[in-house]
Amino acid sequence: MRLYVPLAITFIAGMIMILEFFIPHQPFPTLGDGVKDWYTIVASSAIFLGVLNLLRVHLKKIARRRKHWRYSPVTIIGFLSMFITGVAWGVTEETPFYYLFNEMVVPMGATMFSLLAFFVASAAFRAFRASNWRASLLLASAFLVMLGRVPIGDIIWRWIPGAAESSHPYLVSEIAEWIMQVPNMAGQRAILIGAAMGVVATSLRMIFGIERSYLGGGD
Amino acid sequence: MKKLLERIGNVDRRIIFILMALAVIVPLALELTMEMPVGEGPSYDLYEYVEDLPADSRVLMSFDYDPSTKPELQPMARALVTHMMSNDVNIVAMALWPQGATLGQTILSSVSDSLGTEQYQDWVNLGYKTGGQVLIVRLGSSLEAAFPTDLEEVPYGEIPMLSDISTLRDFDLVITLSAGDPGIPAWVMIASDRFGVPVGGGCTAVSAPQFYPYLQEREGERPQMEGLLGGLRGAADYETLIERPGLAAAGMSAQSIAHLVIMVFIVIGNITFFATGRKKRTKGGGR
Repeated sequence: MRLYVPLAITFIAGMIMILEFFIPHQPFPTLGDGVKDWYTIVASSAIFLGVLNLLRVHLKKIARRRKHWRYSPVTIIGFLSMFITGVAWGVTEETPFYYLFNEMVVPMGATMFSLLAFFVASAAFRAFRASNWRASLLLASAFLVMLGRVPIGDIIWRWIPGAAESSHPYLVSEIAEWIMQVPNMAGQRAILIGAAMGVVATSLRMIFGIERSYLGGGD
Repeated sequence: MKKLLERIGNVDRRIIFILMALAVIVPLALELTMEMPVGEGPSYDLYEYVEDLPADSRVLMSFDYDPSTKPELQPMARALVTHMMSNDVNIVAMALWPQGATLGQTILSSVSDSLGTEQYQDWVNLGYKTGGQVLIVRLGSSLEAAFPTDLEEVPYGEIPMLSDISTLRDFDLVITLSAGDPGIPAWVMIASDRFGVPVGGGCTAVSAPQFYPYLQEREGERPQMEGLLGGLRGAADYETLIERPGLAAAGMSAQSIAHLVIMVFIVIGNITFFATGRKKRTKGGGR
């Protein structure tokens, strides 16, 4: 029962979505809309499960004094502050939630992502080596794109005598755009097509019950 | 000499961090500006498409990002909203990411105040709804079913500007500002490819290369995306095109110097690597 019910739900929902796409006549559009609404309801419920799990994990961590447990109260207090202000006063403008979001969540989130620049600089210094011709090619492309995506690339180019008056005064950004438009696009297109075929194959395997790993067990 | 190079090669990463911080802070503090012409390209294509939209056109704008990518995507959002509101284009906002709805509200509200447009007449924020790609498919059959109320819980039927909008097909353009999944690929696959609604967008610089295939135009066919703003440069391009330089244009000088500093680090790293003979030790390795 534990195996066949999820398999049946997957098969029915998957087939309805496929039929709705290829046969745009009743009853498939109505059935399709129903499946989409159910998906939204189930996905919304998953958020509550996530919240409960977050609280459970951190409360357990505090109770058992696990490694770095001191960060857990901060997580719980942060979560409860946002939750209580959101429920009590709403999430619109001029509410405590809106203030906390704009003055705390936004700057902290942006700060965390901004740290990436420092780690990229450090990692590039230690690991980006022209150790063979392929790495050298990657390095050269990276240099050209990095210069071409910012104004200083063309400024440096135009310092070269005659470059500013040449037919390509913005040569560096032109080269960067060419790299993006031609070699990059060709590679990305290949990846996209490969990934799309993989998605189609995996989806069909799931709909027909061949691929069952999403059920959590081995078979 | 070799010892000196070895010492440089093993430099404390905190020194790298300090130099990087200075590369960003100094140009911003000195308000350094750099000439930045905008030629033909994905940024210009999006600007041109929005510019050509007639007054009272309807644009669905999806804020599919969170605060971590705000420095890149929020200036784009501000420039796009300013451009559309200045041209009397109506904006229906929504979000596939939970925190995008509030970020969008901040932009819509502040630009609306400065340009004197009216909520519910010229713009509305429908808020966040879970579901990603499936939600977009649902928008294709009914906008009201997906969003029965807006962010401020005003019922869909009571919002004047939504009176003649019922599905995704009623929009003249979809703009998605995307920091990941769900984002641009979902909108392209569903809104553009399935429902035939033009899609444009913006994304972080690091994810821009993967969306270039959507920009390729075949003769007689519409591209999958009308234009793309890639990272802070894309936002700065758009600010330049609408002649309202803002945070992104100001940030380009800092980004320029930061890129140069990273390049100098890479060059020094390679010099020390080869000069100290480390190549032999890593031969056949995965570097």
